[in-house]
Amino acid sequence: MSEHHHDHDHDHSELSETELRVRALETILTEKGYVEPAALDAIIQAYETKIGPHNGARVVAKAWTDPAFKQALLEDGSKAIGTLGHVSRVGDHLVVIENTPARHNMVVCTLCSCYPWEMLGLPPVWYKAAPYRSRAVKDPRGVLADFDVTLPKDMEIRVWDSTAETRFLVLPMRPAGTEGWSEEQLAELVTRDSMIGTGFAKTPGAPS
Amino acid sequence: MNGVHDMGGMDGFGKVEAEPNEPVFHAAWESRVLAMVRAMGAAGAFNIDTSRFYRETIPPHVYLSSSYYKKWFLGLEEMLIEKGYLTREEVAAGHAMQPGKALKHGKFDVTQVERIMVRGKFGRPAPAAARFNIGDRVRAKNIHPTTHTRLPRYVRGHVGVVELNHGCHVFPDSAAMELGENPQWLYTVVFEASDLWGADGDSTSKVSIDAFEPYLDPA
Repeated sequence: MSEHHHDHDHDHSELSETELRVRALETILTEKGYVEPAALDAIIQAYETKIGPHNGARVVAKAWTDPAFKQALLEDGSKAIGTLGHVSRVGDHLVVIENTPARHNMVVCTLCSCYPWEMLGLPPVWYKAAPYRSRAVKDPRGVLADFDVTLPKDMEIRVWDSTAETRFLVLPMRPAGTEGWSEEQLAELVTRDSMIGTGFAKTPGAPS
Repeated sequence: MNGVHDMGGMDGFGKVEAEPNEPVFHAAWESRVLAMVRAMGAAGAFNIDTSRFYRETIPPHVYLSSSYYKKWFLGLEEMLIEKGYLTREEVAAGHAMQPGKALKHGKFDVTQVERIMVRGKFGRPAPAAARFNIGDRVRAKNIHPTTHTRLPRYVRGHVGVVELNHGCHVFPDSAAMELGENPQWLYTVVFEASDLWGADGDSTSKVSIDAFEPYLDPA
């Protein structure tokens, strides 16, 4: 692309060029016998339909209603989730961290975009973009303000930078007014952002 | 490497802008890129650390102006060329011009999709006893390799406390350069924000990284 196009209205042409290059690469990989296009389709379908924040939400709801499970989850996230047959399978090294009235946890990957895919699906663009990756470790309250989240001034904030193959899932606090709710009902309150630490679980009756 | 990917603590990127009701992919090509990266990795063309290193070596101005999946694409294409899985001539032509190179795990077909939906295992048997205990004070080394490392710049030289021991894991600094897995102990090390950022930090916050033992000295 020529330089003078760079600052304005280049999205369409850049997309087209990228699209062509991506197609060419897939053609080459297929012709060389490395991949089967149907296998790529199946990967995409899994990420579009099977793997998403609903998986993490079920784990959180279970932890809110089952103290023994919660304890096991905090001790070894991968192992505890492995006992729940109905939730997405999870790999090793998942660490679950609990929000409490004294401490709020927030997860980032400053070096790339590490994220607990199996629990939350593919990360949103903001998680992978420079503003979040740069600021979360230095100005977590400022980042939370971008999400309209305000914490008490004296509450400890713990930022977990995912610099290795460990993956972190935040266990948000259970909202008030949910006594006696079923796991299924509770899971509806668990948002993706509440499991990253840039939001809270929804409060019953509040607009979503 | 001290690349632009190592963003922790940088200023000037502006507000975090969340997109309401964001789709899983914003364009079909993004999904093809994701799938090709996963498939070729699973077929054994490269390991996850090597793929990260190729994204890190994208020139800084390109890195900063490219979307996430564009970076994945650029890293993938260059890596496959350099590892001998395709040629620049083939990329220019848009077609294969010679037979493929053998893949460690063979062609990626539909029967293998299920296995990649669970993350790979990175834990390895310990070659030696752990050097640090929970609660130990450690200093992140002041190292500046030009190759791949997972020790972010913003903690180098700073003292933190070992909080968790995750066992021995594949060492990315070695694996990325295809020098073997070289397993190392992995710890969560927590730093006071005021130690990292001085008076400009938030005194109520702490930041942890997961640090491989070779990144740390006793303090």
